[in-house]
Amino acid sequence: MFSASTEAAEVILKSGWFLENAFIIPIIPAVAFFLIIFFGKKMPMKGSEFGIVSMFAALVMSIGAAYQWIQRVNGVSEETYVKPIIRSWTWWQNDGVSLGIGQHIDGLSITILVVVAFISSLVQIYSTEYLHGDRRYTHFFASLTLFSAGMLNMVVAENMIQLILGWELMGLCSFMLIGHWWEEGANSRAALKAFFTTRTGDIGLLVGTSVLFFAANDWTQKTLGVSGFSIRGLSAWALSGDPSSAAITVGAVALFIACIGKSGQFPLHTWLPDAMAGPTPVSSLLHSSTMVVAGVFLVARVYPVFYEGMNIYGNSVNFIVLIGGVTIVIAAALAFVQNDIKKVLAYSTVSQLGYMMMGLGAGAWLPAVFHIFTHAFFKACLFLGAGSISHSASHHSFDMKKDMGGLRKFMPITFSTWIISTLALCGVFPFSGFFSKDEIIDNVGYAGYNFFMIVGLFGAFLTAAYMTRATYLTFFGEPRGAAAGEHHDDEHDAHASHDDHGHDAHGHDAHAHDSHAAHDSHDDHGSHGPRESGLIITVPLILLATLALGSGFLNAPAFGEKWENLKKWVEPRAEVVSVTGIAKPAGAHGETRLAAGSEEPVDDGHSEAADSGSHSKAEAGKDGGHHYSDCGSKTPVGGVCYAPQLKHAPFKWWKAGMSVGIVFLGMILSWLLCVQLYTRKNKKLVGLTERNKALGAGYSFLANKYYLDTLYEKIIVRSIAHPISRGAYWFNQNVLDGIVNGAGTSTRKTAGWVYRNVDQKLVDGAVNGAGTSAENAGGALQPVQSGKVNQYGALLFGAAAIGALVLVIINF
Amino acid sequence: MEVLSDHNWVLTVGTFLPLVGVLIMLFIPKADEALSKAVAIGTAAATLAVGVFTMVQFNYDKAGEMQFVAQAEWISVIKSSYFIGLDGISLPLYFLSMVITLLVMIYSWNHVPSPGNAKAFYILMLVLQTGMAGTFIARDLVLFFVFFELVLLPMYFMIGVWGGENRQYASLKFFLYTMFGSALMLVAFLALFFKTGAESFAIPFLIENGGAIAKNTQIWIFAGMFVGFAVKVPMFPFHTWLPDAHTQAPTQGSVILAAILLKLGTYGFVRIAIPILPEAAKEWAPWIGLLAVIGIIYGALGCLAQTDMKRLIAFSSVAHMGYVMLGISTLTSFGMNAAMFGMVAHGLITGMLFFVAGSVKERYHTLEIKRLSGMLVQMPKLGWILGFCAMASLGLPGLAGFWGEFPAILSAYQPAPGLNVTVFRVYMVVAAIGTVLAAGYLLWLYQRTAFGEPTEEFAAGHGHDEDIHDVNKFEWIAWTPLLIAIVVFGVYPQLMFQVLDPAVGVTLKAFGG
Repeated sequence: MFSASTEAAEVILKSGWFLENAFIIPIIPAVAFFLIIFFGKKMPMKGSEFGIVSMFAALVMSIGAAYQWIQRVNGVSEETYVKPIIRSWTWWQNDGVSLGIGQHIDGLSITILVVVAFISSLVQIYSTEYLHGDRRYTHFFASLTLFSAGMLNMVVAENMIQLILGWELMGLCSFMLIGHWWEEGANSRAALKAFFTTRTGDIGLLVGTSVLFFAANDWTQKTLGVSGFSIRGLSAWALSGDPSSAAITVGAVALFIACIGKSGQFPLHTWLPDAMAGPTPVSSLLHSSTMVVAGVFLVARVYPVFYEGMNIYGNSVNFIVLIGGVTIVIAAALAFVQNDIKKVLAYSTVSQLGYMMMGLGAGAWLPAVFHIFTHAFFKACLFLGAGSISHSASHHSFDMKKDMGGLRKFMPITFSTWIISTLALCGVFPFSGFFSKDEIIDNVGYAGYNFFMIVGLFGAFLTAAYMTRATYLTFFGEPRGAAAGEHHDDEHDAHASHDDHGHDAHGHDAHAHDSHAAHDSHDDHGSHGPRESGLIITVPLILLATLALGSGFLNAPAFGEKWENLKKWVEPRAEVVSVTGIAKPAGAHGETRLAAGSEEPVDDGHSEAADSGSHSKAEAGKDGGHHYSDCGSKTPVGGVCYAPQLKHAPFKWWKAGMSVGIVFLGMILSWLLCVQLYTRKNKKLVGLTERNKALGAGYSFLANKYYLDTLYEKIIVRSIAHPISRGAYWFNQNVLDGIVNGAGTSTRKTAGWVYRNVDQKLVDGAVNGAGTSAENAGGALQPVQSGKVNQYGALLFGAAAIGALVLVIINF
Repeated sequence: MEVLSDHNWVLTVGTFLPLVGVLIMLFIPKADEALSKAVAIGTAAATLAVGVFTMVQFNYDKAGEMQFVAQAEWISVIKSSYFIGLDGISLPLYFLSMVITLLVMIYSWNHVPSPGNAKAFYILMLVLQTGMAGTFIARDLVLFFVFFELVLLPMYFMIGVWGGENRQYASLKFFLYTMFGSALMLVAFLALFFKTGAESFAIPFLIENGGAIAKNTQIWIFAGMFVGFAVKVPMFPFHTWLPDAHTQAPTQGSVILAAILLKLGTYGFVRIAIPILPEAAKEWAPWIGLLAVIGIIYGALGCLAQTDMKRLIAFSSVAHMGYVMLGISTLTSFGMNAAMFGMVAHGLITGMLFFVAGSVKERYHTLEIKRLSGMLVQMPKLGWILGFCAMASLGLPGLAGFWGEFPAILSAYQPAPGLNVTVFRVYMVVAAIGTVLAAGYLLWLYQRTAFGEPTEEFAAGHGHDEDIHDVNKFEWIAWTPLLIAIVVFGVYPQLMFQVLDPAVGVTLKAFGG
């Protein structure tokens, strides 16, 4: 370490145009959004060209940035902290201090940038076919593009406010996209629910940001010259030993509540399955790389805050691990009772997000981020596959039991990409999910959370089982309903969706049916049986399936250290970094490059820091020659830490074998059960839930989604929307306004009494003016029946009032 | 006071030019409506041009100081002078009033409400403009009071003559309630005058000497001002005139009322009550904060209970002004900046919402939410504009509303030194919950009115097809600047913060924070 850091001090970190200008990436789709809105309808491709070109441009820039980042990392030794490329411009100011907007580009943001740009590009291309002829085609692409812009902005965000901007933009766009076919009440309700639920979580975002700002601002301004909103500042502050434990805990918990809402964690996950009311490409984008990943990303982004605030290093059960673990199981269980293929995938997403959260909560930062990465590909592929089925085979139905079955023969490409992605999702070696999910489970156990490791394994079992069930129902057995060519055109498309309501616990659940797509693109189909989709749909599927298969090798400790590329490129190094020249706060005008020359790796002059940072816990042999720093466990001396030192579980084949075994067990059991239930119609099993009371109760508990929706909608929302608000309004009209009107009426009566008894009888003349005015005031209080304006009276009253005012002034 | 600019005529001209237009209009025959309108719009445009000139001449590096200061003898008997000036706090509101007046006049070109008489209607708007602009530049309390009261009469007539069915009641309630507040405010002003040695009504003088008044007296004087300003804001529980006034007022009246008139109250707090009486402000702050957060929740609940779109928007003002007052009550720069930004943002956004409500009423002849549905089907552009405004109103980042709301919530975490931190942190959480309720009532409104299919009553072929048309030319002209401003200030808030922040710093000097 000693020599390494001396070397590092001499090494200049490489940079490049793409890295320095990564802030442009979100601006491209944002501009495209306006182009689509204003010129989209006049364009030959109805505006979709703007969206697609912008996403490709963003993808090219992201890949360029990724390449340059890898160069940057490879240019220095493994013990060198690789500075993120931070730029900031004045966005607003307070008390003369400028608060910025800009970019914070490091391994994490680059990873997510590439994923988001890639998936968005594919989804946009796919949508040109899927929504072909839709009545709001242009509008759809506008929302989709803005949505990606929001996510990209959140990813490059330099500070919390910029992050909130992206976060909320996504909320808005999800509202527009989920409610895309708003003519139907169910869709608009689902849109409202999504926005409202995430917004409820956002209370935490606002509060947490505020708490952390005031807790950190003094320290960050003094030490780093950045505000308490800055991500860099918050990270360093959290590990500096400065925070009071109360402030950082409150801040972290509050922020995590926002993540629960956004990332569909228990108990705020209920909006996510309903969000399936949106067009399938939207579901694919929302549930793979954007929106729902936002919460996970936030935790990963300001990880030191959570690390310290939630006591993650303490190995005791913390809030994040707990929520993540609970979410894995409760969502996976719900996936079993769904008949809608998209809802199976939706609950699967919820469950996988639970894995990511659990990983983050247990200190498995890299596996969690890696799981965001791999999950994006295979989940996008699965959703688009479901879309392909509904588009070309099941006549826009998503009901696996009624309208699918035996599709493997008709849709070979969709089927094989589905199978690859399913294997990846289940975590079968060597598909990508294996490398990320197994790492999470392994590291959770390694960090001492044995119970949660078992939860993770159990979740893997459930995942394998419900995905086998979905695969069986969709692709195997005999074709049913639309897949058998039964449904034809108009007699069906308006009604099939309504039938589905019978299955749902709530009559207003999201439609299991893209019925408007059916309306709008009907001519293309005529009457045909199931067939494979066209190239515009299958090519994205093939690309995604390829990555679902291959992307795991980016970080495959199973094959030795050389394969741990993502760890090298993405995981921030927990080094003590000396702060030499503090960047001045940006003035009210102009640009400040905060990263430039503001810090250098610790050199000889700070060797105590280097010592404490490297030798005290030199468990070199144990972890493949890596050194440990004290970042996260001790107050850094002579510098700051930007990341806590995390542990990595050494890869063991027997552990991997065990978890893959559990997955296969889940698959086999589920397969056997499916064959008995759905093909053989085994009389002992079919209808068991109706015969056995305990099982029936369990089933309806699941079918009603643990009654959470009932609690939220029927009790909380309804009580606020109706009795409570009406009560408040009654108070307003009868009490507050009653006082006002009462005062008016009694004044008039008093005036009348005074006029009759005092004025007329006692005083004559002088006081007349005041009495007249008061009486006029009273007269005007009575409703005028004529309907024609009583201008004269009004004028008179006005004049009298002014007169009264003059009296008041003079009398004073 | 040093004169910062040679252009100290601009404020006087900018303020009184509308009255010149009124004079000209008096000689135009009532029947010649087009000419009346043209002259009035021309006057407003000229006024706005002076406003633009003011903006150009304004020295942004010294936004914290009074500029274009002019002082002349006025009523020397009571030691009041014609004393005007403009700083970073006044500038946005001063300019906004000119913009709004012009846009409302353009909108009125083919929207003069029944019973007609365009001449009188336009004259009232011009008078109103003078009163509003004057309030924002007055540096003398008597002058301030005169302008403050000047806006009452035109608005009273606008509601009382051109209003809805219950206009008499609403206009009178508006007038009397505000007068009641004004009377107490005037008493407070006079007390202030005498307590500082009866030397001057000039605000700078009072700021210098007001702090020396005994704390208990300060608290009582503040109370008087509080009632005056709080009625105007309006703060809970003095808000009950607002829903009635808004519901009954013609569209133009509602827009001006929401966009500018309500700000006279909050501006009064920032400009007069707080800097002159810092000790009292500290005592009052927790109570103002309390009423503010009650207003936020209560206003939102009121919205949820409404069946009328316009009344709902009116109640939303109570909630939004709650954020403004919460910001002010923290007595910190974050809070004040948020409040000032919030005033302008609320002016733009709620102004737009009332415009939209007016246009909906014109097309459907009703604002009853139950009867409206599927606006997006029949009038997609109007429907999307409503959606845009709803999003802006609920504080979506990237649009102007956010910058009035979030920093206000933020500021409550750490109020000025000496204030009870725990109390304000509770306010912060309550205010944050208010953002969810705001999303609730606005999106619920949107879902019910814009989404779905049109109700049978208004469906195509039921006799309303002629009335129901999408946004027309005059509406576009009137609305586009507001819509652009909402986006521009949302995307780049520094445009306004750089003007506000230095002036807020000067205002808060007494609090040291």
